[in-house]
Amino acid sequence: MNAAAGSSQLEVEDLRVRFTTPALDLTAVDGVSFRIEAGEVFGLVGESGCGKTVTCRALIRLFGGSPPSAIGGTVRFAGRDLATLDERAWSALRGSEISMIFQDPMTSLNPTMRVGTQIAEGLQRHRGLTAREARAAAIEMLAAVGVPAAERRHLDYPHAFSGGMRQRVLIAIALACRPKLLIADEPTTALDVTVQDQILKLILKLRNDIGMSVLLVTHDIGVIAQTCDGVAVMYAGKIVESGATAQVVNRPAHPYTRALLAALPAHTRRGDPLRPIDGEPPNLAEPPPGCRFHPRCTFAIAACREIVPAPIEVEAGHRSACLRAGEIG
Amino acid sequence: MSTVASALRGAPASPPAAPLLSAHGLGRRFEVARGAGALLTRRPRRFLQALRDVSLELAPGETLGIVGESGCGKSTLARCLSGLDRPDEGSIRWQGRPMATGSTPLQRARRVQMVFQDPYASLNPRMSLAQTLDEVLQVHALAATRGERADRVDELLLTVGLAPRLKHHLPHALSGGQRQRISIARALAVGPQVLIADEPVSALDASIQAQIINLLEELRERLKIAFVFISHDLNVVRHISDRIAVMYLGQVVESAATEALFEHPAHPYTRALLAAIPQTDPSRRSLVPALAGELPDPTAPPAGCSFSSRCPWVVQACRAHEPALLEQAPGHAVRCSNAAARRARTLDPIASQGESRVSAR
Repeated sequence: MNAAAGSSQLEVEDLRVRFTTPALDLTAVDGVSFRIEAGEVFGLVGESGCGKTVTCRALIRLFGGSPPSAIGGTVRFAGRDLATLDERAWSALRGSEISMIFQDPMTSLNPTMRVGTQIAEGLQRHRGLTAREARAAAIEMLAAVGVPAAERRHLDYPHAFSGGMRQRVLIAIALACRPKLLIADEPTTALDVTVQDQILKLILKLRNDIGMSVLLVTHDIGVIAQTCDGVAVMYAGKIVESGATAQVVNRPAHPYTRALLAALPAHTRRGDPLRPIDGEPPNLAEPPPGCRFHPRCTFAIAACREIVPAPIEVEAGHRSACLRAGEIG
Repeated sequence: MSTVASALRGAPASPPAAPLLSAHGLGRRFEVARGAGALLTRRPRRFLQALRDVSLELAPGETLGIVGESGCGKSTLARCLSGLDRPDEGSIRWQGRPMATGSTPLQRARRVQMVFQDPYASLNPRMSLAQTLDEVLQVHALAATRGERADRVDELLLTVGLAPRLKHHLPHALSGGQRQRISIARALAVGPQVLIADEPVSALDASIQAQIINLLEELRERLKIAFVFISHDLNVVRHISDRIAVMYLGQVVESAATEALFEHPAHPYTRALLAAIPQTDPSRRSLVPALAGELPDPTAPPAGCSFSSRCPWVVQACRAHEPALLEQAPGHAVRCSNAAARRARTLDPIASQGESRVSAR
């Protein structure tokens, strides 16, 4: 995270995403900055509605049916400013150098296409392989992600696969072109715990084999601790804390991260009540003034209601956007 | 710690009472839908055995956790225990007598209530909170007048930590945590002795999860309700349960007092399940998955032990005979012929051959 500017695989600076409808005006992502080095697995953790998915979608400019009214800030991929790309350049980049896998393996596959064809599609389009070559590569890829009998199963349709196997197929599609960056948005949330364990370890293994960077989005700090090199914690559209995983998880320096960790049942003795965070996350159409966490924060002082805290470095590479970060960390 | 839990540890503090709710050899199967092609070709009917020989007991005031992954039968078990579904085999007893004997369906509903995973789907979107609760009180004739019912609605809302001023809101105006509180209030309205909660916090964020778990624990203390708490999240189940049953492919494969299960897991599946929980300690990482392979086709479970197709300790005998659920230590039952032969302790991490084989994989 401390590498000199320009050398990172992905650099996100002051990213802002705003959605406007006649009834609503909200900034879902508000000044988010982070960088991911080549080969790094970087985690983005936070609860529903904190803006982590919107951040992912803004990186690759894919919003489906509800595009934002404005995207601000800069995103540099391998030193190139992505704002300068036209639609053709985007198409060449997506699926080829940057790939994405989504939370729901049930709806992200085309039900009317054989899975082998879905994997081969990108290889033909981006890598110029012939149909025959692409099919061979697709079978190889299916085997690499741990689908048994790949030489037979590449002919199956998605409905013939279990949830865990579909997620493997999605990973095969995403990684077929050997991307430099994989964006994985809650890739294991819909899966059982032993399947989640298999998929996360598969992603780590493929990172080692291919040398790609990974942006892993999750709500589960356990997943972060087991998978990521670096992590950023998001709350209400902003990054509140970032650093190496061990720094953030072992020595949380933001009250929200501390509270999130303390709320986990694993961190409470049996028989003692759990320590939830009181209240609910704010409505992003009317965020509270000052620090957005202050209404739920047990450390809040009067100044927290007025000053929007800037990230403070509490140790090398470990930042917390809290006025009292020095006292907490 | 309750007397139930201490009794299970082999140190009975009081003579064992008849269980409040018990299941004996439950079996439930569903026919797998066949397409038109199958009907024409007269392919044989196929059945999915969702529950196979499931027996368990719930003492008054006790919390029994049930864990297992998708398709293990835990929701079918919940539906059978609550009377929403009928088992094909076996029986469900209330205080030692068959559930249905001498009771009306409404009476049975007042004994056992359910809370579901998805509070968005399990509340009527067109009924206000007050109407939702009032309906229950009316159906069960639990309050004589409209005024009494209104008082009771306010009381129920306060019981689950909601302000009575919210009572005229529709469910869509509430957050996920608030909706789950209403589901709990609806279940409590009839004064049940048993509450069956099927993944009650799985749809909620971690900070809100903790609020709901605290509420359930508080209610258990205050109202002396027994809980069946179903979840795939072992950390949550560990926190709330006195005793835990682990299910795999329709069977209970291990059941024990909570700490015994976590400290001395004896069944290979339990051990894999525990190892697969992502720990928040970044220094304890491994690149080896806790469990290889996939859940077998539930319409054609493996011969012998149902876990034999994925078990790292499998031996020939496992595929030949289906193991019985046998008590290895007081209150600690395991369905594994291997564990039975070697006693549960030999599968423990220290000085165990089996463990080194697993870590080498």
